[in-house]
Amino acid sequence: MESTYADMTLDQLFGEHPHAREFFSALGLSSLPEGQTLGRTVAALDEELLLDVGIERQDLLGQFCDYMAGIERLRNQQQALVSSVTVLGGRDKSGNPENFRLELRPGEVTCIVGPTGSGKSRFLADIEWLAQGDSPTGRTVLINGAAPDLARRYAVEQKLVAQLSQNMNFVMDLSAEEFIRLHAESRMVADPAAITATILELANSLAGEQFTPVTPVTALSGGQSRALMIADVACLSSSPIVLIDEIENAGIDRKRALSLLADQDKIVLMSTHDPILALMGQQRLIFKNGGVSSIRSTSPAERANLTLFEEMDARLTAVRHALRNGEEIAGEF
Amino acid sequence: MRLITVAGPPSSGKTAIICKTAEALQADGVSVGVIKFDCLSSGDQVLYERRGIPARTGLSGNLCPDHFYVSNIEECLDWGLQSNFDLLISESAGLCNRCAPHIKDVCAVCVIDNLSGVETPRKIGPMLKMADIVVITKGDIVSQAEREVFVHRIRQVNSSAVIIHVNGLTGQGGHELGRLLRDAAAVDSLQGKLLRFSMPAALCSYCLGQRRIGADFQMGNVKKMELG
Ligand SMILES: Nc1nc2c(ncn2[C@@H]2O[C@H](COP(=O)(O)OP(=O)(O)OP(=O)(O)O)[C@@H](O)[C@H]2O)c(=O)[nH]1
Ligand SMILES: [Mg+2]
Ligand SMILES: [Zn+2]
Ligand SMILES: [Zn+2]
Repeated sequence: MESTYADMTLDQLFGEHPHAREFFSALGLSSLPEGQTLGRTVAALDEELLLDVGIERQDLLGQFCDYMAGIERLRNQQQALVSSVTVLGGRDKSGNPENFRLELRPGEVTCIVGPTGSGKSRFLADIEWLAQGDSPTGRTVLINGAAPDLARRYAVEQKLVAQLSQNMNFVMDLSAEEFIRLHAESRMVADPAAITATILELANSLAGEQFTPVTPVTALSGGQSRALMIADVACLSSSPIVLIDEIENAGIDRKRALSLLADQDKIVLMSTHDPILALMGQQRLIFKNGGVSSIRSTSPAERANLTLFEEMDARLTAVRHALRNGEEIAGEF
Repeated sequence: MRLITVAGPPSSGKTAIICKTAEALQADGVSVGVIKFDCLSSGDQVLYERRGIPARTGLSGNLCPDHFYVSNIEECLDWGLQSNFDLLISESAGLCNRCAPHIKDVCAVCVIDNLSGVETPRKIGPMLKMADIVVITKGDIVSQAEREVFVHRIRQVNSSAVIIHVNGLTGQGGHELGRLLRDAAAVDSLQGKLLRFSMPAALCSYCLGQRRIGADFQMGNVKKMELG
């Protein structure tokens, strides 16, 4: 591989592999002459320039090949499909066995309830770490029913869990469109413009108030930001599992947000104290004393109650709206 | 004893992740000591000692802290050996983005935070490009998209490092980083070892491009620290 690239001229190389150019510009070697072969170009690089950018001549070709191999892997989406994640119980803080076998499948929403400090974070960390009985809880995680390749633990490009929480904000100084496009490009998707348009449209369908593609991401309202983050994670994140820490009850259609993630075949884990969100899942895990104390499927009776709670919630929303409009809060709501 | 060099821009979370990782290691019975290098002042030693992690500080004053570091690291290693640590970590803030404390065959970590902006990986020199492990902090306050773009930008300048997210506040990922550090190579002497990359500018022999470590190779403006 190294010699194939070394024998190509930079014109050829950049023509056939547009991402190759980024490697050199990222290193601070952007104005290389393009007529010569890569091997010759590297051999002729000025010593001073190499010192300035901080790389050794003999390492440059090897690093370039590693980089290109990484790009290829991303492009081929070698991310083996995750069709199930299984968690086998370990023990709680007092050493009592948990005795459960939990299956998580794409398209399903599992809620996580329990007070802070009850072991929710450790549970998620066990999944991320692909625990094999070697974490403090002694739990075991299986992927597609079998023990996973542990090299995956430190393969950041194959991270299992994408996270969304209320503390997260956009910090980049870009418009919504530029921002999503940048993400799409870094994910090597075939048609970044198309996926960007899809994501912006989905985000707007989730957000209470519309935003335009040129709105800076830092100027989005709370609901709009959350909507954009959810649409982006659903369509662009490489991780099969999405962990959500609450979705605030303002400016976003929470039910549609969850079904969007489920439709994109994400395994959704949602940590919440909100009864409506908790009942939106197919099942929920109840945490106590550092362990899973029980697992419950959402029953038909609970689903009926969910409808009731949603009506109550809609009424409260109407009251909030009326308050903002300066109306008297009297009569039917 | 294992030696780890941790470098990264100011306030990127070096002390925070070293503390969390050291706590995870100590829980597994691994003893850890830290040497902090800085320019003018540093409160990090107090932060370490408060958590029961023995620490020493070296202040470089008007010298580049990385130049100062390389003139003192041998003595620091001796301190670590005498103290019987399993693991000695050096923390230094990369102030000029050009010098790096990383030594060949010594585990090299670069800490960089998500808030510093997606252009930052391109601006940081050998400290990032030649690291074995890149730790990303402050992922708890930016979006998933920004985290993914940031990883991609780091990959562009360092294609072989292990990249790992550690939260300096909650310690999430600290246990995992600890596993990596435990597997670092043991180092009993630095005599004659090479810096991974030369340090430019001119005050001492290292400013002039010297890469060999050891008293014989230190010339010019060399300052020594008190280790007590
Ligand atoms: N939100 C958040 N804050 C963090 C994280 N890691 C560190 N911080 C905060 O960032 C600030 C700087 O962290 P330090 O660990 O002191 O950074 P440092 O790199 O050691 O700084 P210097 O030694 O002064 O160069 C502190 O206020 C930390 O609490 C993180 O993962 N998330
Ligand atoms: Mg510090
Ligand atoms: Zn310097
Ligand atoms: Zn010097």
